[in-house]
Amino acid sequence: MVDSNLSLLREQVETTCSGLYTAADIRLDELTLTTSRETIIPLLLLLRDDMRFRFICLLDICGVDWPQRAERFDVVYHLLSPQLNQRVRLKLTTTEDLPVPSACSVYPAADWYEREAWDMYGILFEGHPDLRRLLTDYGFEGHPLRKDFPLTGYVEVRYDDAAKRVVYEPVELRQEYRHFDFLSPWEGTDYVLPGDEKSTDSKG
Amino acid sequence: MPEHNVRNFNINFGPQHPAAHGVLRLVLELDGELVERVDPHIGLLHRGTEKLIEAKTYLQALPYFDRLDYVAPMCQEHGYCMAIEKLLGLQVPIRGQLIRVLYAEISRILSHLLNVTTQAMDIGALTPPLWGFEERENLMVFYERASGSRMHAAYFRPGGVHQDLPRDLVEDIGRWCETFPNTLDDIEGLLTNNRIFKQRNVDVGVISLDDAWAWGFSGVLVRGSGAAWDLRRSQPYECYSELDFEIPIGKNGDCYDRYLIRMIEMRQSASIMKQCVDRLLSSEATGPFSSADGKVVPPKRAEMKRSMEALIHHFKLYTEGFHVPAGEAYAAVEAPKGEFGVYLIADGTNSPYRCKIRAPGFTHLQAMDYMCRGHQLADVSAVLGSLDIVFGEVDR
Repeated sequence: MVDSNLSLLREQVETTCSGLYTAADIRLDELTLTTSRETIIPLLLLLRDDMRFRFICLLDICGVDWPQRAERFDVVYHLLSPQLNQRVRLKLTTTEDLPVPSACSVYPAADWYEREAWDMYGILFEGHPDLRRLLTDYGFEGHPLRKDFPLTGYVEVRYDDAAKRVVYEPVELRQEYRHFDFLSPWEGTDYVLPGDEKSTDSKG
Repeated sequence: MPEHNVRNFNINFGPQHPAAHGVLRLVLELDGELVERVDPHIGLLHRGTEKLIEAKTYLQALPYFDRLDYVAPMCQEHGYCMAIEKLLGLQVPIRGQLIRVLYAEISRILSHLLNVTTQAMDIGALTPPLWGFEERENLMVFYERASGSRMHAAYFRPGGVHQDLPRDLVEDIGRWCETFPNTLDDIEGLLTNNRIFKQRNVDVGVISLDDAWAWGFSGVLVRGSGAAWDLRRSQPYECYSELDFEIPIGKNGDCYDRYLIRMIEMRQSASIMKQCVDRLLSSEATGPFSSADGKVVPPKRAEMKRSMEALIHHFKLYTEGFHVPAGEAYAAVEAPKGEFGVYLIADGTNSPYRCKIRAPGFTHLQAMDYMCRGHQLADVSAVLGSLDIVFGEVDR
């Protein structure tokens, strides 16, 4: 069952924003517009300023990492229109090198969200006034939420009593990090179980 | 008289300052007593919650939400459970909804009590926190009696709540709701017409409604600026649409209005709790408190003793966990501090592919620079107090 107001919103988006997005899906009562790096700022401006939309509140910007894709990052924007009482999600893809235009000029709230996405994923935002790291330590290296960043990180800190300061050292695990793979071997896995190599050989 | 070379100077406010509400480091650029620029440095409490959640099953990830805004833990769990339920298409039975609403409102009072009273302490009043913390203690006992834990409850579970409430606990909560307004009267007697409290709060940290929306504000901060916007009313979840409550809004958008709104909201919360208690004792006194879907909700202990299927379900749910069909969902609740949203991407396995936590305090804190410019140094702590910042959720 799709909310009729949401379908109405999608129709209005289809009539006014043509060319600014490539797909408009409604799933689980949420409208998602897929857009691109070139069209995101005009689309945000239109959704904010058009009297029929008034998406004046930027709720969130976040990155998502899909390392197996050619353009590995998604940047996801969540907007809210208090007037329509509706939400919309905008999505675009990018890579490590291709910058996304910053939304800071459209929504001041975009500032920290873009800094966070830069910090966590290394997504570049073009035109951001001050793209510093936000949440990680001073002098931190790497982008921790990328899927290829280890859960334990690379360095650990402790207070060195002799040197009277905090020192950074490479992570040394007393015991290997235990990742329990609880996925049932009958569903959902695509790896070969140890000792089970022959069964796939015979199939293939 | 010779003209002195006057220059701005920078000071560090925090991270150990008691009015910094935790581990905030503010770099303030001052021109005499006037604030020219505020640069909040956050992340001192960053624990990588979102990364950790990606390495856990859905159920194992739940307790991390208690540790975000540790002043109102169950509201965070609520947002997360709602996101999972949305992806799974799970319905919560009415008794479960009432228990959730009851505890969400307890959390709201917990948070507002802490905020209002510590804000008063930031600007020099010592008695309100002592009175407020007494009531917080009572509420945390209710937390403990329901979940076994005073703060990190892990009580809301996908599909409902973990355990049913005993009848005498519901009755005790009902009795507490009747006496609680007296405490509020006492605190209001100390603060609302207090000359010093007003001098420090009225017309301080004013933000207009347009600016509030543009900065991504939600909750008390937009209501203080005059928007009748509350997710419990505008996008109702659980059984809020069946409950009777009012939404206070402010006129001026200053710290004092926000204080008043929090005080009224606590009274409204107590009235919502009373309605829940009445229903939990009468029409919904029995019935399921959690969804009956055995593939998501673990079976009851008694059932496991007799049913082989229940035993298998229990084993599978606590090792492998349940699988969530691939998709994405954003679920938001009206947490005490504003809109708390969880954006969950599932890839069909037993753990989230990505879980973005949209914490209200994060957005509010980034407007510190905008709100404090041109204010006196002493107003910084008043504005910070009225923004209601808790670092667990800002730093994640």
